[in-house]
Amino acid sequence: MIRKILVAAAASLAAALPVHAQTEIQWWHSMDGALGDKVNELANKFNASQKDYKVVPVFKGTYPESMTAAIAAYRAGNAPHILQVFEVGTATMMAAKGAIVPVYKLMKDADEPFNPKAYLGPVSGYYTDPKGNMLSFPFNSSTPVFYINKDEFRKAGLDPSKPPKTWKEFLADADKLKASGQACVYTTSWPSWVHIENFSAWHNVPIGTKENGMAGLDTEFKINTPLHVRQIAMLGDLAKKNMFRYAGRTNQGGAKFTSGECAMLTDSTGAQANIGRDAKFEWGVSELPYWDDVKGAPQNSIIGGASLWVMGGKTNNAYKGVAKFFSFLSRPEIQMDWHTATGYVPITTAAYELTKKSGYYAKYPGREVAIKQLMNKPPTANSKGLRFGNFVQGRAVIEEELEAVFSGKKDAKTALDDAVRRGDEILRKFEAANK
Amino acid sequence: MEKRVVFQSRWLPYVLVAPQIAITVIFFFWPAVQAGYFSFLVQDPFGQSSSFVWFQNFRDLVRDTNYLESFQTTAVFSLAVAASGIAISLLLAVMAERVVRGATIYKTLLIWPYAVAPAVAGVLWAFLFAPSLGIVAYWLERLGVNWNYNVNGGQAMLLVVIAATWKQISYNFLFFLAGLQSIPRSLLEAAAIDGASPLRRFWTIVFPLLSPTTFFLLVINVVYAFFDTFGVIDATTEGGPAGATQILVYKVYFDGVKGSDLGGSAAQSVILMAIVIGLTVVQFRFVEKKVQY
Repeated sequence: MIRKILVAAAASLAAALPVHAQTEIQWWHSMDGALGDKVNELANKFNASQKDYKVVPVFKGTYPESMTAAIAAYRAGNAPHILQVFEVGTATMMAAKGAIVPVYKLMKDADEPFNPKAYLGPVSGYYTDPKGNMLSFPFNSSTPVFYINKDEFRKAGLDPSKPPKTWKEFLADADKLKASGQACVYTTSWPSWVHIENFSAWHNVPIGTKENGMAGLDTEFKINTPLHVRQIAMLGDLAKKNMFRYAGRTNQGGAKFTSGECAMLTDSTGAQANIGRDAKFEWGVSELPYWDDVKGAPQNSIIGGASLWVMGGKTNNAYKGVAKFFSFLSRPEIQMDWHTATGYVPITTAAYELTKKSGYYAKYPGREVAIKQLMNKPPTANSKGLRFGNFVQGRAVIEEELEAVFSGKKDAKTALDDAVRRGDEILRKFEAANK
Repeated sequence: MEKRVVFQSRWLPYVLVAPQIAITVIFFFWPAVQAGYFSFLVQDPFGQSSSFVWFQNFRDLVRDTNYLESFQTTAVFSLAVAASGIAISLLLAVMAERVVRGATIYKTLLIWPYAVAPAVAGVLWAFLFAPSLGIVAYWLERLGVNWNYNVNGGQAMLLVVIAATWKQISYNFLFFLAGLQSIPRSLLEAAAIDGASPLRRFWTIVFPLLSPTTFFLLVINVVYAFFDTFGVIDATTEGGPAGATQILVYKVYFDGVKGSDLGGSAAQSVILMAIVIGLTVVQFRFVEKKVQY
């Protein structure tokens, strides 16, 4: 009797073993909420489409948290296969030569088709090395755009279908809005990304030397030119009049706009999902304002968001799986699905064309603003993107100095000079550590 | 039958102490030694290349004005938290002592905040004071105060001091209450008979006799303000704006974890450790002498 039970147990165990072992691919990401659900959906779709590999997405916290976790895991020998790293971490990842596998090499070794030219210019430009090889796989890219509260515009006697195109018009509109009783006329999210990094690219001026750091580790910041001072001084002035209400370094500005407190907002194109859901007024999206006395403006804006990096030290079989997953993600239908669900831009031209053809932009013109802004002109050395080492710290330094201006503690010129000085120190440290 | 005070066994004491020593070695000595080692290196985040640079990390820190500012911020912060924490809880303990009806209720309710984790306390107070949403912020705006702690450094410091102190009041309260119980009633009654007012009785009898408790709480509160308030700062202001609430321990985290500057962060940890060791030594050698037991 016992023998029979044992035999039956052994047989059922054998039956429970998979016919062929699935290779698991760990994917650490920072997409929370609805974005996280979409990530899981993509992974499930891929897993269902083939039997050899299983992508396991794991939400590891915010971008800095998951990057830190991955660095620590790598040191302990347990890094994930795929890691989603935000744009400011690009330099750190690129400099970590043994720790990562460049995507172009991964795709070539796995015989998967991969054409960098299929990607939108600013997107691929950000993640390629000076030789034109793509080092990471673009996944979720956004760019800052300009939002207006159309109801408030009407109340102030402004035409809601004509949002300000230049910063001069913006100031005029701000005064009219204030006169009509709107206490807060402007707020922003991601102050450094919008008013320093994208501001520079949009006006075709450098953020730093050496092609914003892409051509060498010995780059230096150049964000204290008279044009930059003019921009930050304008914000400081508005802040003093309490017409510009600063909300924080990340996406906190969105809430001030959505609640109706502030009439104009600069924020990521990805904010449209939340604004659409929560705003109780009519709102519009348009391109970022610019100073029309600057030659070459407007140029094109640069991307934010993140890309997928492949960590080193894994088996070749796993890398084949990663390559197949990346090919899956590059399919236009998948890209279109991700783009329309999240508000991130479609990263390939094919996906953009497919979305256009489906009539999506006719229904939601706001979603196309970001792409049009990114593709406004072919990127120059000043507007391909940026690549500064330890830029998490660097951006924090810039934001600290901007906050000093917004709170009235420093004037714009001193703050930007200090930002350059402190930022350069960080760049030199990175250069020394990666010689 | 003789009662022996000396313990007989040769090995049992070591075995009993071994788990605690193991924990102390693994979670305190080992990280401290590694921090010390890292402070002499400059390395890339992935640990693939590191170079020995002697005291360069320390030299860079001393020259960094932000680091020196962080010292000042930490001093202001810990002084504010310790002083207000002790003062408020002492007041509450003395008043709770005098209450006869519902004394247990007061005492229980006053102890509850200690159970709240620092990060949660930070979030709670951040919500109350949030510029666009918070109730307290709303009333402040009504009173004409332009409340925005994302921009105003003084307001940010006020917020984190309130959040950090609120938590610690319960802990101090408990100790003060116990301390007050141990003061002999006869002393106070004798003073009352002699005509001393309650205030006089407090300052000449109660306060001096409470000094062991006060000294102990001073040490605890300062250490709390130095280290355990990390959760409060991280959940509310993240060191901002413009470094107004960037206390030393937060800077260690920010530079090391977010900034991937392991060498600088380790050097800061070493300096912080030296400061706290120094403070504790000073307090026990000199302040202890003034305590009346």
